[in-house]
Formats: sequence, structure tokens, C-alpha cells
Amino acid sequence: MKLPIYLDYSATCPVDERVAKKMMQYLTMDGTFGNPASRSHTYGWQAAEAVDDARTYVAQMINAQANEIVFTSGATESDNLAITGVARRHKKKGKHIITSATEHKAVLDTCKSLENEGFDVTYLIPEKSGLIKLENIEAAVRDDTILVSIMHVNNEIGTVQNIDAIGALCHSKGILFHVDCAQSIGKVPLDVRHTPVDLVSISAHKVYGPKGIGALFVSRHPRVDLDPIIHGGGHERGMRSGTLATHQIVGFGEAMRIAKQELSQDIEHMRTMRDRLLKGLSDIEAICINGDLTERVCGNLNISFGYVEGEALLMSLRDLAVSTGSACTSASSESSYVLRAIGVPDELAHSSIRFSVGRYTTAEEIDHAVQAVHAGVARLREMSPLWDLYKEGVDMKQVSWDNQ
Amino acid sequence: MVMQNYGVYGDKVMDHYEHPRNVGSLDKEDPNVGSGLVGSPSCGDVMRLQIKVGAGGIIEDAKFKTYGCGSAIASSSLVTEWMKGKTLNEAAQVKNATIAQELALPPVKVHCSVLAEDAVKAAINNYKEKQHREKEV
Repeated sequence: MKLPIYLDYSATCPVDERVAKKMMQYLTMDGTFGNPASRSHTYGWQAAEAVDDARTYVAQMINAQANEIVFTSGATESDNLAITGVARRHKKKGKHIITSATEHKAVLDTCKSLENEGFDVTYLIPEKSGLIKLENIEAAVRDDTILVSIMHVNNEIGTVQNIDAIGALCHSKGILFHVDCAQSIGKVPLDVRHTPVDLVSISAHKVYGPKGIGALFVSRHPRVDLDPIIHGGGHERGMRSGTLATHQIVGFGEAMRIAKQELSQDIEHMRTMRDRLLKGLSDIEAICINGDLTERVCGNLNISFGYVEGEALLMSLRDLAVSTGSACTSASSESSYVLRAIGVPDELAHSSIRFSVGRYTTAEEIDHAVQAVHAGVARLREMSPLWDLYKEGVDMKQVSWDNQ
Repeated sequence: MVMQNYGVYGDKVMDHYEHPRNVGSLDKEDPNVGSGLVGSPSCGDVMRLQIKVGAGGIIEDAKFKTYGCGSAIASSSLVTEWMKGKTLNEAAQVKNATIAQELALPPVKVHCSVLAEDAVKAAINNYKEKQHREKEV
């Protein structure tokens, strides 16, 4: 068993061996290293062919057509392109955008920057479960709303939004719908011909592909227009200039081909591992699971261990590679904005750990993790004054704390 | 989300975190025990520091319990070591800068040492208040 045990697949995945092998054929003098835009020789033609194949694999993953896939540097760029591109292109039609407070920073910060350009953004607050109520979206719609951007799966709490219903609502009002699918591709099936979406952000490295490559699905049926944010040689139908990174794209394509082929077994495996972890941890006293447990992606578990601080717990869990919603920095500690947005009290947000399992997680690793968490939580509670108060039956809300 | 970052912690923080000195509680009803509880759960740091004062105003024993990051735990562990054998006046001189320097805390963790200094002062004040009340009775 390799230590520390990797349980942070939501942050990134290792590249699948089969993907890495294929990528290596597209780099050196002996390989297909050409510029896919070189139309005058075989080096270019071969590279272009490899890119075409990869584009097809990426498209097939979501049942799109190859000419609806725009390669980008990753889901962050895809989010930027989708939101900024649509906003600038359609600003004469309207200047209002709807999104949610629990979106990834790539969406939130893009929206913030558009506010500086004169756009108006509504940030919806989800329910405690993490789910956004359809009627809240409907109530936020205005005559000048041009775009709704809602993520499919939340990166911290794994909540799966009902994008079928949200998309249908948007289309009934003539509003474009962008979905950040960075955390859902390879875990939740998506068919863009069935689900009413116009723009979909995809990342390769969350699905065992390389980092630094992703895609934006831009629907052609119906046709969606957007302004580019990166200008240059007019690559990617003018929507994203820059020489195509053949080896990255080939890796991305291969990762998607494998993910499509193995989708059901990947999902089954992740769910089995996650449920094993949940079962192993559920007998710990005073824990709470953040985000809806049913409408949740197969690989995610986000738990708050009451009266234990997350960063200290991470230090105890040296055998585990996981992440926490607590950041003890600067003047006072800051907890996860996602957890705060769904109403998790600060003290529980500070106590949260996100576990995310993946293709290579084993039962042995999960069992080791369960043991380590039990030991770490017990050790820190032994030195936690809050645990003492809890055990004495003191209501923490009645204690007069400093700095409040 | 924050990834594991114990890499930013120095050896001394790790040592106190792994082997915290003087974790525990003293009898808070004892008139010779002073207790300080500082910080708040919503800020992610709570320290409880207790001292037992013997003859001549010498601190005989010190115990702590801390909810907080590794630096907060290390800061409180360190001050309990420092306080033992000192007079109340000597102990009250402890400065957060000295704690931060000893543990080589990075700037983002300096607030942990501030909290430890506050805890020392709160425990001493609590002891003094108790003594004052004892005399009045």
C-alpha cells in the first residue's frame, strides 16, 4: 500500500497508464509532434488526425458532435470563455446573469469581473442540502437575463444538481444555460442531446487525463454564439486561438474513451469505496455529513468531526492525502465559502474533511483510512476544550466567546 | 479547500504537536487554580489554559487543552512549559513575539501565539480574581 493514501481525487487524478503511454507518442522526433494547423506536410496532417480522433472521443463522452468541442487549457478557462464569451456577445440583449454562491471560483470570479463591466449577477443561495430550488431560479429570472450558470456536481460537497430541470426552465425562457461539469464527467452520465444545455465545461485531469487541457462544449443545435477571450490565429472555429497541444489533447481523448467504456464500473467502484468509508466512520460520535447524501456524486464524502479543527486533523492524518474546509490563516481563520453558503456553522465548517475516492482506491486503503481517522479524532478530542464542554453538556452558544 | 500543509510547520511545531506537553485539566474549583478560556469556535481556535499556584506565588503546574490548528496546539503546549516554576509576574511577561520566534511560526500563524499570550493572561487574572474573592469571604 502506497502512503500517504490518495483520497483527493476531486482535486486531481493520476493519469491512467494507458493515457500516459499514448501521450508519449506525440512528443518526440520519432513521434507525431507536428502542429495540427500545418496543412502543408504529413507532420501536420498526422497531428490533425490525432486531434480529430481525440475530439470525437471527448464529444462521444457527452453525446455531442465533434465540431461542438472547443479545446481549452482546462475547466477554469472553459468557465471563463463560456460566461465572459456569452455575456459580451449578448450584452445588447441583456446584462443579467444568474449563478449560485457555491459555484467554483472560476465561475464566481468570472462573474465578479463581469460586474465591473456593468453586468448584474444574482448569486443564489442553495438549500442546506446544497441543492438549488428550481423556484428560486425562476424567481430570479428577469427580462434581461441572458445566462444561467450552475455546476453539475459541487467540488466540495458532491451535491448533484438537477440540470435537466434547470435547463428546461432556462430554455422555456430563452436563456442560455452553462454547466460546469468538471466534477461530474466520468461520474454522472451526461447526454447533451437529452439534457437542455448550451455550454458545458470539461476538465481532463479529473478523469485520469493530463492537467492543462479541457474543453468547452458549445452547442450548434441550437447554435450558440460567443466572443473569444483569447485572440490569435483563429483556431477552434475562432473561439480559442493558440496552437493545439497535440499530446495533451490526445491524452484527454484517450482518457475520455476509457472513461466512457468503463463508466458503469468506475461509478460502481467509487460508490462501493465511498460507502465503505462512510460505514467505517459513521460510528464516530458527533459527526455530520455536509451536503445531501442521496443527490450526491459517487466518489465524494464531506464530513465534519465536531470539536476537532480540520487543519490539526490533517496533521494527524499523515497517512492520508485529503483536504479540509478549514484554513487557519491571517488574523482569523476562514472556513469554506461553500459550507458557509449552505448554512454549516463556522465551527463545523472548520472541522470538515473532504474524502474523494477514485479508480485506484482499494478496500485495504479505505480500511486503513477509517482506522487513522478514528485514532486522529480521538487524540484531538482528548485535547479539545470544546469536547470537554460538549461532554459536560454545556451549550456552546451560551458561552461568551472572545472575538465575536 | 486546503490541502495538507504540515510542510509549512517547523520542527518545533511538529514536536509539540506530536508530543504535546501538559495536556489535561486541573480542578477548576480549587482556589489555587486559575483558568483561562480564549478564542472562539467560529474562528477555529479555542484555548483553555489552567495554572496551579503554590506558596510564594510560584506556578507549580500548568495544563492546557486546545481546539485549533497545529500552531495553536504547539503555542499552548510551549507556554505551559515556560510557565512552570515561574512567579505570576514573570509568567505575565510572556510575549506573543517570543512564542512565535521560538516556534518559527510563519506570518499567517502569528495569531496562534497571540491567542496563547491571551490565555496566559486570562488564567493569571482568573487566579487573582479567585484569590481576591477568597479574602473577601
